[in-house]
Amino acid sequence: MNALTHPSLVPAQATLIEANWIDFLIVGIYFAFVLGIGIAARRQVSDSIDFFLSGRSLPAWVTGLAFISANLGAVEIMGMSATGAEIGLPTFHYFWVGAIPAMLFLGVVMMPFYYGSKVRSVPEFMLRRFGPGAHLVNAISFAVAQLLIAGVNLYLLASIVEALLGWPQWVSLIVAAAIVLSYITLGGLSAAIYNEVLQFFVIVAALLPLTLIGLNRVGGWSGLTERVTAAAGGSDAELHSWPGQGLSGFDNPVLSVVGIVFGLGFVLSFGYWTTNFVEVQRAMASNSISSARKTPIIGAFPKMFVPFIVIIPGMIAAVLVHEISGLKAGQNTGATYNDSLLLLMRDVLPNGLLGLAIAGLLAAFMAGMAANISAFNTVFSYDLWQTYVVKDKDDDYYLRTGRLATVVATVIAIFTALIASSFSNIMDYLQTLFGFFNAPLFATFILGMFWRRMTATAGWVGLVAGTLSAIFLWTLGNPEIFGVFELPGQGLAFLCASVAFVVDIVLSVAVTMVTKPKPREQLKGLVYSETPKEDLVDPHEAALPVYQRTIPLAIAAGVLVLALNFIL
Amino acid sequence: MSSTAPGTKTGRRHTAGAFDVRNFIGMLLGLYGIILTLYSFLGGGAEDKTGGVNANLWTGLALLLVGAGFMAWARLRPIVIPDEIPHDDGRPAHH
Repeated sequence: MNALTHPSLVPAQATLIEANWIDFLIVGIYFAFVLGIGIAARRQVSDSIDFFLSGRSLPAWVTGLAFISANLGAVEIMGMSATGAEIGLPTFHYFWVGAIPAMLFLGVVMMPFYYGSKVRSVPEFMLRRFGPGAHLVNAISFAVAQLLIAGVNLYLLASIVEALLGWPQWVSLIVAAAIVLSYITLGGLSAAIYNEVLQFFVIVAALLPLTLIGLNRVGGWSGLTERVTAAAGGSDAELHSWPGQGLSGFDNPVLSVVGIVFGLGFVLSFGYWTTNFVEVQRAMASNSISSARKTPIIGAFPKMFVPFIVIIPGMIAAVLVHEISGLKAGQNTGATYNDSLLLLMRDVLPNGLLGLAIAGLLAAFMAGMAANISAFNTVFSYDLWQTYVVKDKDDDYYLRTGRLATVVATVIAIFTALIASSFSNIMDYLQTLFGFFNAPLFATFILGMFWRRMTATAGWVGLVAGTLSAIFLWTLGNPEIFGVFELPGQGLAFLCASVAFVVDIVLSVAVTMVTKPKPREQLKGLVYSETPKEDLVDPHEAALPVYQRTIPLAIAAGVLVLALNFIL
Repeated sequence: MSSTAPGTKTGRRHTAGAFDVRNFIGMLLGLYGIILTLYSFLGGGAEDKTGGVNANLWTGLALLLVGAGFMAWARLRPIVIPDEIPHDDGRPAHH
């Protein structure tokens, strides 16, 4: 799910596409707007809450779009179109099963605690609920992971710019880092979020024409289905999302459905979407508890349609682009599935639209990196620096800390990118390892929010043991390390996450039984039973029309995504 | 309601409506629309790639429409910035 997407077609001399002045003009205008937003947002930053949480002032549609944009980075776009080219429609599950239910759960059930308790970050919730042990585990692992992922985003950006435009990697590394750095240090989270919203529309403007023109070239939807079926030797497995054996790797259709629903839909996705501060931070920046809850729910609507402009182009590339169709037929064409989107752009987009597509991709890379860095500087400044290193300074001090942390993080990201360019396997492994923090985090959060007795010791023990068990199992199952057993497809990832989840729950319960719980009065706002019901909802929400209320919106999103599952 | 987060800051005001991201989106998409539409008349259609459609023209027109939509939305429903925070109780406080 988070594997690096290396474009393999790194050119010697010739660039992959022929960009002309109109394309450069379009890309240049985009950069001007990105910086303009940074400068405009700067006027809104007067204290650290403005810088780190946008003054908690943004409307729900803005945070909702930023919520999905922060995730719609390079890895997502390139990776999902690659998977689409390889296995077809079952890839949609990464969105419909692997994201929407968890996003709705976050909005309906968990967000009231995050927003209502007034914590400034997800690790801070850990601190208040479980004390320093669990807090340090969460804050440090999160901060390190963000630096790593920011570096990976940067590296991918540089390698794609090299493939597309022929610039040396170090030039694009520095240019892209400088742009991201300047708008975040200027405008803080607001600049990051506004740019994510802008990025969302640029990506749609880039990928929707690509999809439509691609469909036109293959003779519409019916033409695509015929050619996909023909290429698969008459099998239509790539044209239905269920039972999705191509995705789960299980031959048995029942097992495949169970694996996707529980492995991807529950353990993996709930861990990611409900505890990842990169996402939750967007909701925390909104202007009321009602907007915070609606953030992931509003985001769910565009999110369920994103695969149509990401995965379908991958499938078109698999029948239209000769390098990819050759690859699928088992030939060595020098291309990999990760090149699908770029090659399709080369084959179907005229100059002009090509520039728009390049701008869209660059937007995705930069916004992904900016999201990582803006989440990092918040956790670093509040959760690590202010909590453990330099306490009790005035607000200006932490605002300066945040700006400085942004600079340092960007420099580290450049070096991470350089490491990634020479040791890409190591980076793949590290990303997988950081993924293992998610499943136990979710277990600890959900237990902690609904079980008042759960103790501080249980908090950190569960987290550490859950994560270690996943890592241990993963080294056993990885053929390149121990290879004791073997599981197909996503099987190993599902298994590791599930075991981490169960180990976390079991140990948390066991440790709680022998340790002393926190006094009840300290749990107000943090645990369901100790929080007055009126603190968990917005008193003004009842006055809103039905279509602006949290629960009806969530139900509408749930019904819609269920319907989509039956259609495709 | 904030027994846990003391130090509420009052009297904050954000500079009125000068910055609305909808204007930025509208301007950028509109500008792209103009550029693509004009470029399509310069013979930049490349119909061999698109399968006979003047893709730059159609995308340009669609972008113009969407851009204008955002500008109109920002104009018709401007962001209202209150002088004082109306219900300070419901707002998150500072540490």
